[in-house]
Amino acid sequence: MQRKFLNLFIQAGVAGAVAFVSWTLFQNTQANLEARNIASGFDFMSVESGLPINDSLLPYEPSDTYGYAFFIGVLNTLYVSLLGIFAATAIGVLIGCARVSSNWLVSRLAAVYVEILRNVPLLLTLFFTYVVVLASLPHPRASLNPFTGIFINNRGFYLPAPVPYAGFWCVTAAVLLSFLMIFIISRVSKRKRDETGKGLPTLMIGASLLVAVPSLTWILSAPVVDFEFAVLKGFNFRGGLVLRPEFSALMIGLVLYTAAFIAENVRSGIQSVNKGQVEAAKALGVKSSLTMRRIILPQALRVSIPATTNDYTSLVKNSSLAVAIGYPDMVSVGGTIIGQNDQAIEIIGLWMAVYLAINLVVSAIMNWLNAKVQVVER
Amino acid sequence: MIKKTIACLTLVSTAFWASTVVSGTLDNVKSKGELTLGVSEGVPGFSAPDDKGVWTGFDVDMGRAVAAAVLGDGDKIKYVPLASKQKIVAVSSGQVDITSRTTTWTMKRDAKQGVDFTVPVFYDGQGFLTTKASGVTSAKQLDGASVCVTSGTTSELNVADFARANGISLETVVFEGKKEAFHAYTSNRCDAFTTDMSQIASLRTTVANPDDHLILPEIFSKEPLSPLVKHGDNQWKDLVTWVINGLIEAEEKGITQANVLEMKASSQDPTVQRMLGVSGDVGSFINLDNDWLVRAIQTVGNYGEIYNRHFGPDTKLKIPRGLNNIWTNGGLLYAMPIR
Amino acid sequence: MQKPAAREKFKPLASEPAPIGLIGPIGWVRANLFNGWFNSFLTIICVAFLGVIIPPFCSWMFFDAVWFGDSETCRAASGACWTFIGHKLQVFLIGPYPTSEIWRPAAAAVLLAALILATTLRLGNKYFLVILWLLYPCAAYFLINGGWFLPRVDQSRWGGLMLSIGLALVGILVSVPLGILLALGRRSRIIAVKSLCVGIIEPIRGVPLITILFMASVMMPLFLPEHLQINNMLRVQIGIILFSSAYMAEVVRGGLQAVPRGQIEAATALGLNYWKMNYLVVIPQALRNVLPSLIGRCIALFKDTSLVIIVGLLDFLGAAKAAAQDSNWLGYDAEAYVFCALIYWVICFGMSRYGRSIEARTTVHH
Repeated sequence: MQRKFLNLFIQAGVAGAVAFVSWTLFQNTQANLEARNIASGFDFMSVESGLPINDSLLPYEPSDTYGYAFFIGVLNTLYVSLLGIFAATAIGVLIGCARVSSNWLVSRLAAVYVEILRNVPLLLTLFFTYVVVLASLPHPRASLNPFTGIFINNRGFYLPAPVPYAGFWCVTAAVLLSFLMIFIISRVSKRKRDETGKGLPTLMIGASLLVAVPSLTWILSAPVVDFEFAVLKGFNFRGGLVLRPEFSALMIGLVLYTAAFIAENVRSGIQSVNKGQVEAAKALGVKSSLTMRRIILPQALRVSIPATTNDYTSLVKNSSLAVAIGYPDMVSVGGTIIGQNDQAIEIIGLWMAVYLAINLVVSAIMNWLNAKVQVVER
Repeated sequence: MIKKTIACLTLVSTAFWASTVVSGTLDNVKSKGELTLGVSEGVPGFSAPDDKGVWTGFDVDMGRAVAAAVLGDGDKIKYVPLASKQKIVAVSSGQVDITSRTTTWTMKRDAKQGVDFTVPVFYDGQGFLTTKASGVTSAKQLDGASVCVTSGTTSELNVADFARANGISLETVVFEGKKEAFHAYTSNRCDAFTTDMSQIASLRTTVANPDDHLILPEIFSKEPLSPLVKHGDNQWKDLVTWVINGLIEAEEKGITQANVLEMKASSQDPTVQRMLGVSGDVGSFINLDNDWLVRAIQTVGNYGEIYNRHFGPDTKLKIPRGLNNIWTNGGLLYAMPIR
Repeated sequence: MQKPAAREKFKPLASEPAPIGLIGPIGWVRANLFNGWFNSFLTIICVAFLGVIIPPFCSWMFFDAVWFGDSETCRAASGACWTFIGHKLQVFLIGPYPTSEIWRPAAAAVLLAALILATTLRLGNKYFLVILWLLYPCAAYFLINGGWFLPRVDQSRWGGLMLSIGLALVGILVSVPLGILLALGRRSRIIAVKSLCVGIIEPIRGVPLITILFMASVMMPLFLPEHLQINNMLRVQIGIILFSSAYMAEVVRGGLQAVPRGQIEAATALGLNYWKMNYLVVIPQALRNVLPSLIGRCIALFKDTSLVIIVGLLDFLGAAKAAAQDSNWLGYDAEAYVFCALIYWVICFGMSRYGRSIEARTTVHH
């Protein structure tokens, strides 16, 4: 009874203290905002921004509103995060496997890579990539031209832009259709293997489907796609697909950094698999590639997925470092808006909301994946 | 345990509450014994530390004049380097007493951002810097060029407006700091660099071959630079305004750093007598003693001397006075009457 | 019984040495580099890759580099310009700190080195060392800031490696206890306390450090009353502490979950109250469980201090950047960043090695 009373008292005390502190902060903020003539509320979102943003996924003009500018920033953040997650996973898994390779040279090189990138701040890697590596690329008038239509200079990577015709969508549909067919065939093969012990040669069938069906559609529905090349006009290249140095530096830095962490997760996952599994596989005569694919990796995934979730959310949060090298992501655009009209509280609130939302989505997906690979105990 | 918590909370909240008395900046400066001056992070000519770390420059001299007028010594200053984004908030929050940091007087800053401007001390405009090798002679030929600009400045907005107004498309590359933006320009990331003309001149002196770079003739914005103080403290604003007016009027009346004491002793001009405290008590209007302007002029000289010290023909910058001359010489500097 | 007739003792053949292809360096190469055609292929690719990268890098770093001289010699040479680093070393290490007072950060650095040496060599009593570590920031602050009989040096003149280490050290020393409190609060059964702790931990962990730094630097002046303003460095330090505490709290929470329930029950049975139980029984075990993760968080904190350049503080990375933009020494960004990376790498790698050695020492083998 006394214990219950004490608990209630503590709860009331804590709640009261929090309320009191919040109220005092609120009062102070009101007073300060008034004294400095800073507006409150989100009305500024519909005011014309006048800000130049040179790297946007959707068309943007300085005559667009602050709200649209911020939205462009959010899109950029999502774009970088998504690409980054895929690229970092691919490279990370590769390096993680290299780390446990039986080839001494390969495993040592991977170890050197991981140790260097994990112990140097990401910002330093970004600066180094942006200021030293990308800035040493030549001037547009002397661009590197490794293949036709591809130009590399210190203003960006220029690639030919695809201009789709109607046939393009047919070919895309055909590719999706062939993926669906491969999926169905692999399920059928699995069931057949469970029943009779011998499945269908999915690899061969899948590869030939993937090549044959889209090619057929391509031939039948020409013209499919045209390419718009980048052309040097005056100062810079115009047209084509551009990857600006800010974007490239951010992607390279983020991906290499996160890949090092994912590689460590993959390594600890692989090393956590009981040695007995590998020995049993050898005793049964299973090929080493099959051992890796069907025995080690599934068990390794179980261990490394929670840690990798952390790395994915870190990547999303690290994309905010774009503000240091001038890529217009959400934090960069938001910071410029704060510089223009001082409404820091609203913008910071928006940042927090967007980042928390992205983290929730990523965590939810990874938790679902985690649940799927758990050992179903009997 | 609970009692301790409550006691702590009470103490903390008392600290918050007990402080409702707001004292003016003048009293604050006097009690601190030093003037907190917001400066840039290093723009040659305006405010930059020399090799020994001593801050010098045009903006610095304005601050020193105020410090001399209020505290009697132009060296009683605490310098706070401010980034472009922080300069307004630093003043409106009271972190610095006055900022003299090449800040443009705009409607939004004056009316909406909690600061007040005092007197325009430098009439500037925005322009472009480009390399001679690019072959460009006018800003309108910059269609398709990439331009390096500092984020959070009027330059960023003005260059977008310029592009729209002239129907050209510019690829703006935005950087956090002016030095970074300039560094990117000199490493050829951009074809052109834009900021206020005075700062273009000042930054151009820092490269290895200044003559390889060309300042394009178009001046496409009005940038009246003015020191700023916190909004609402009228007493302090008046003080700073009239100290600067005094420096401008001193040039008009021919009072220099060398002859100020002599003028004080022997001048027959009633205006000079009022200014230097021989007659009347104009100092008390701004809560200072009568030697306020004498001290200021002794420390930094009159406006023309300050200008020549940092931008004159003997300096690396060599910015012609142009609009920054007193009205009797065809410029825009017109001091209000000190009476 | 008669002894059996002595037989010829079995004389085995003399053992021959193993084939050359299986032992020694050749054997090692065959086993590790060329075992199987895929591995051989990989080895060849790696050797080619190294052959392309290493010689130019070495010649840039060492052979063609300029170690003494001035700006002119550097511009003429094709290698790295290490005289640039030498010239700017003061800015790298202590930022714009006045040269006349340079003995003060030097003294603080010597104290820190002594403390690190004592800790790694485990000299003296454990608790004594902990107290020394807690006292060190106060001593260092007094030395570097001044006050009393030392002339004051304003915080806007602190910078360089000194600032990075200072921010990280104070961050670690304050955020670990704070994190422990938050973790305990999160496990509390009192709903208000638990929600408060969750409400602090989860939002902080969900946003990037830059947002927290912006909040501290730009929003805190709005939250505090007019004359209770604190300078930028202190605001940033508070932001770093808050950010780190949330992560430490999660790490400690993992450790707390791994402490067997029996410990808590035994402690309660012995009559220890909540705080004594935590202090004497639960927390030590929890910390020992997660020591590697804790040290990993400390390393991450040190690396994260490099972000303060975005809110206007001139830490080690900021000093490197500023030094590279000095108009008398243009074009040496690579040297500045490589030097910066080297120092960061040495410190972080050293910390992780130390962490591994502690882990090896304190792992409880059941």
